Amino acid sequence: MNKNLTDLLYLVTIVTFILALHFLSSPATARRGNQVGAAGMLLAIAVTFAQKGMGNFWLIGLGMLLGGGFGAVAARRVKMTAMPQMVALFNGVGGGAAALISMAEFHTRAPAPGNLHVDTSLAIVLSALIGSVSFSGSMVAFAKLQELIQGRPITYPGQKVGNLVLLGAAAALGVAICAGWEAQWALIALIGLSLLFGVLFVLPIGGADMPVVISLLNAFTGLAVAATGFELENNVLIVSGMLVGASGTFLTMMMGKAMNRSIANVLFGAFGQVTAEAAATAAGGTGTVRAASADDVAIMLAYAQRVIIVPGYGMAVAQAQHDVRQLADLLEAKGVNVEYAIHPVAGRMPGHMNVLLAEANVPYTQLKEMDEINPSFPQTDVALVIGANDVTNPAARSNPASPIYGMPILDVDKAKAIVVLKRSMNPGFAGIDNELYTEPQTVMLFGDAKDSVLNLIAAVKTL
Amino acid sequence: MNHGTLLVFEVTILVLAIFLGFEVISKVPTLLHTPLMSGTNAIHGIVIVGAMLVAGTAPDTTTKVIGFAAVVLASANVVGGFVVTDRMLEMFKKREPPKPDDSDS
Repeated sequence: MNKNLTDLLYLVTIVTFILALHFLSSPATARRGNQVGAAGMLLAIAVTFAQKGMGNFWLIGLGMLLGGGFGAVAARRVKMTAMPQMVALFNGVGGGAAALISMAEFHTRAPAPGNLHVDTSLAIVLSALIGSVSFSGSMVAFAKLQELIQGRPITYPGQKVGNLVLLGAAAALGVAICAGWEAQWALIALIGLSLLFGVLFVLPIGGADMPVVISLLNAFTGLAVAATGFELENNVLIVSGMLVGASGTFLTMMMGKAMNRSIANVLFGAFGQVTAEAAATAAGGTGTVRAASADDVAIMLAYAQRVIIVPGYGMAVAQAQHDVRQLADLLEAKGVNVEYAIHPVAGRMPGHMNVLLAEANVPYTQLKEMDEINPSFPQTDVALVIGANDVTNPAARSNPASPIYGMPILDVDKAKAIVVLKRSMNPGFAGIDNELYTEPQTVMLFGDAKDSVLNLIAAVKTL
Repeated sequence: MNHGTLLVFEVTILVLAIFLGFEVISKVPTLLHTPLMSGTNAIHGIVIVGAMLVAGTAPDTTTKVIGFAAVVLASANVVGGFVVTDRMLEMFKKREPPKPDDSDS
């Protein structure tokens, strides 16, 4: 196929990707958009097969079968609650592919020093570095979310300095390569250092900060792919990679804003760890916690006019979303107005709660964003908090000493009555007490979120 | 086109893509942020084009092996990304039609 035709067809692919993102602006068109994007991807693959000088078709076909087969099975089988780690995994392999391509390009195009333009070297170095960090970082994020390793921040002395030294060494190798030192082992060492850096960089980041990390890694892979595009002088890679880079950056900033913390603080703060001592000082609060039975709560809910459900990661862990929907249906049948309040960083990835509740067939018109729903808490009879903690802590508004001070929260404490479903009185991720639990209008329903909701369903049915 | 001109051209495209990206993505509602992530995840699977080019034009065994590995990873990225996103988006509904089996609950 002629080069101009190839490039024109690649342009069609670019357009389908832009349309795919454009259609995501409404849930009604989003699915169509994704299909358009997939069609564009198929086109790009077909066009690439038809390019001049291509060979090794069997090898490529076999690779596609293996990778695609794995992707299809994993994506079909995965439970909706395991979606964050699946997204991390698919993100990581993309970064890995970018790093491998840079390795192959460096191998074939720089058999001896002095063959590469400095911008090509730079592209190779960048895609190797960013792609590797994205790969190993995503794998650690996957392991953390899958609970193969502990989700709490892992810290040790000299961590930041060590990471800085690693990154510095990788960067130094990169500079040397760009300056014309085109030795094969230099790039391999750079990739090795970057892989190690990716692991050590994500290890200290705690579970509740995962939405930031996952979006950031997403941006990284996008950038690595764009750099690969420069290496191969291929526009479709440059544009698509950069679109993803922009999107990931945008989401990362949104998540940071939703937690009122700088991205640097999320990435290097090892949040849960640092605040352990702050918790000790903040824990001086007095007040008693009142536990309630499922029957009491069922009466409160059934005779309310307006109930807002506040889901958090606890609901995801207990996989209680279907039961929550059933409870909401029962209440609605009794004439209660039920809505869901979704905090932007509830869960382990941006928009996590929305996906889970959508899986449980909750109509998306009932899912309300924080700014939209906060004004209606004062007119709400019962706020039902299911496995959410820090995003409801009034200390974020009132207590400047609190580590989460300044974080925008759901104004659950303004509701007339509050019911908190919680496993135990253990503090949340940030390691701080939640004043909400000792408010006079709060009752606690202890137990696994799923069991508690099932008990509530049974109790409401008997009314 | 000589190398310099091509580079300037590519950088132009890159910068325009950044602005386009922000423009399109800022219209996506928070409701759809997970599908956005997973959808863009699928889009960066376009790296498969690069992987195919490397594997398809490999002059020696080393490159072939690396290219093959890249194709495997990139294919997993493409297929997994689009399938997961489709599964998610399928679930977003306005109001489900009343189902008969819900009457007993």
